[in-house]
Amino acid sequence: MKFKSQKVAYWFFAACMVLLTLQIVYGFIMGFARIGLDGLHDFIPFNTARAVHTNLLVVWLLTGFMGAAYFIIPEESDRELASVPLAYVQLISLLVVGVVAIVGFHFNWWEGRKFLEIPRQLDYLVVINVLLFLGNIGWTIWNGRQHTTTSLVLYFGLFCAALLYLPGMIDFENQTTDSFFRWWVVHLWVEGVWELIMGGILGFLLIKLTGIDREVIEKWLYVIVGFTFLSGILGTGHHYYYIGAPKYWLMIGGIFSMLEPLAFLGMAIYAIVMFRKSGRQHPNKMAIQWSVGCALMSFVGAGFLGAAHTLPQVNMWTHGTLITAMHGHLAFWGAYAMLVLAIIAYAMPLMTGRKLWNTNSATFAFWSSNIGMVGMTAAMAVAGVTQVVLERRSGMDFLAVQREIQMHFIGVLCAATLFALGIAFFIYNFFAHGLPTDEALEAAPE
Amino acid sequence: MLTKGQAKVFFLGGTFAFSSVFLALTYDTLQKIPEQTNADKIDVHVRAGKKIWEKNNCMGCHTLFGEGAYYAPELTKVVERRGKPWIRIFLKDPQKMFPGERKMVQYDFTEEEIEQVIAFLDWAGKVDLNGFPADPPLAKDFAQTQSNTKVATSDTLQPEIVKTVCSACHSVAGVGGNVGPQLDTVKERYSREELAAWLKNPQKVKPGTTMPDLGLSDEKINEIVDYLLNL
Repeated sequence: MKFKSQKVAYWFFAACMVLLTLQIVYGFIMGFARIGLDGLHDFIPFNTARAVHTNLLVVWLLTGFMGAAYFIIPEESDRELASVPLAYVQLISLLVVGVVAIVGFHFNWWEGRKFLEIPRQLDYLVVINVLLFLGNIGWTIWNGRQHTTTSLVLYFGLFCAALLYLPGMIDFENQTTDSFFRWWVVHLWVEGVWELIMGGILGFLLIKLTGIDREVIEKWLYVIVGFTFLSGILGTGHHYYYIGAPKYWLMIGGIFSMLEPLAFLGMAIYAIVMFRKSGRQHPNKMAIQWSVGCALMSFVGAGFLGAAHTLPQVNMWTHGTLITAMHGHLAFWGAYAMLVLAIIAYAMPLMTGRKLWNTNSATFAFWSSNIGMVGMTAAMAVAGVTQVVLERRSGMDFLAVQREIQMHFIGVLCAATLFALGIAFFIYNFFAHGLPTDEALEAAPE
Repeated sequence: MLTKGQAKVFFLGGTFAFSSVFLALTYDTLQKIPEQTNADKIDVHVRAGKKIWEKNNCMGCHTLFGEGAYYAPELTKVVERRGKPWIRIFLKDPQKMFPGERKMVQYDFTEEEIEQVIAFLDWAGKVDLNGFPADPPLAKDFAQTQSNTKVATSDTLQPEIVKTVCSACHSVAGVGGNVGPQLDTVKERYSREELAAWLKNPQKVKPGTTMPDLGLSDEKINEIVDYLLNL
């Protein structure tokens, strides 16, 4: 038996699809600018496209996490959501703030701090919005008929994410201090509390898809998120090597960020072992593929590729090059984008009653988007390594190096096309499910 | 075998312990940052420069301290690398300096704003970044392989402005940019008067040229022309 209020999640997921599409469009604008086709420069210069691309990513992932929470929490608490209208108010206001911010970026209205470009006035609205969300979810959990570890880990992650947004809103005169606290938000989000959210959502999916005892899955969930914080908190040090902070961060950051892949490796092994142990075969194969894919790709993208350039001796040469962009793409895709797509793939048939799980278009969406993203990462890796050798190691001029690596962006664009095609099929599949209904949710199996 | 309770203790205990260490290190770092970054040198100009840097999202293309986007050059030591005169001319019309290359937004900064941006970047260039950006270790190997083909000219006679401004686009004895023509043989093609007229107002001599009007004084022009005629 499911709950009618879980329907709210559909609209959050639908918003994700729209924002993801826009994110890809702005990615293409940047890709073309890099091969010299910058006809849009006067209207959408690179810094605008870049701010839109990364902020849309953050907004659609947060929207996805919220949708996931609205779907998961009623079920885990065994009661309807505290307030459905509040959830809609919260979604609409989030989208309004997001759209205003993104339009503003086109008119030079921003804060100019990487990943946190949203102007201060809008920051306050984001805070209010997130408080509404946390209140709604928190009230549901508090008054729930049961309190599960999964829902607590998820809530703790979302709560910390909100709390950690605040250090990014303080003004500093010193660029170094500014940067120091900017990473409190960005790093402690993606390599800290977001992993908690990931653990919570993945834990829920594993319980539902494998049928393995909740106690076993939740025990390992604690171990994995324990490793996340053990490595991730002091791992923040890898952002402090070369920004004017004391030298001891080189050692602390180096050691602890080399441990960061362990949390992701744990997550990957956890997911695979649980599915292996699972006696029954859940019919929704697509949800299983996205879940296992997420656990694996997050290890490759965030864990392995992150570790590849995290030691200070390596980072001295790769810091501030396309190597970072290369790692960023596969890390965000594997750890967070695939996670949101996994919960969507799981929830849609249950909410709408249409079992479009093993269709050709769904399978194609999975493989095409993944192969495309791996291809983009590989092309950026070649461009990045070439940049490191020519510019940083040999001292060639920046623009001369950029001309040299330009052709690799044709490769990036080809792979991006494959990726976008996969996403197009995912979105087609999403809307082919139709709207959620009360009947479907009531009839949904446990 | 590990129980769920033990796993929970591991998570909560570890989180508390490592957060505490992180907070302690943060406190220590905040004590040390002022000295390491010459915080006493952050005056009104540097502050105003940082505001301009943020207002226009310069980080959306450039990097500073290696942070930002990777579409435009790292600016940490740009004042040392290019010199203030070059940056002043460049910021007035960025596309003129690199015609046909990757574009920078034309921000129409006032003279005062340009000085503020330079003050900020100058401060940034002097922060102790634990050795970043390192000198390219292979550069000398490349220089060695090229030493046979290079004409050995002493550049001690080179006026400062040729080093800081002209060489961004032009080369002398193989050193410098390749946007404009090499300067080694201009004396064979142009007279003193022609060179002076050209430097004074390039558009008047050749309308549509990509050579920027550098706004040079007569004294500076003479200095450059003297140098060119003696190459």
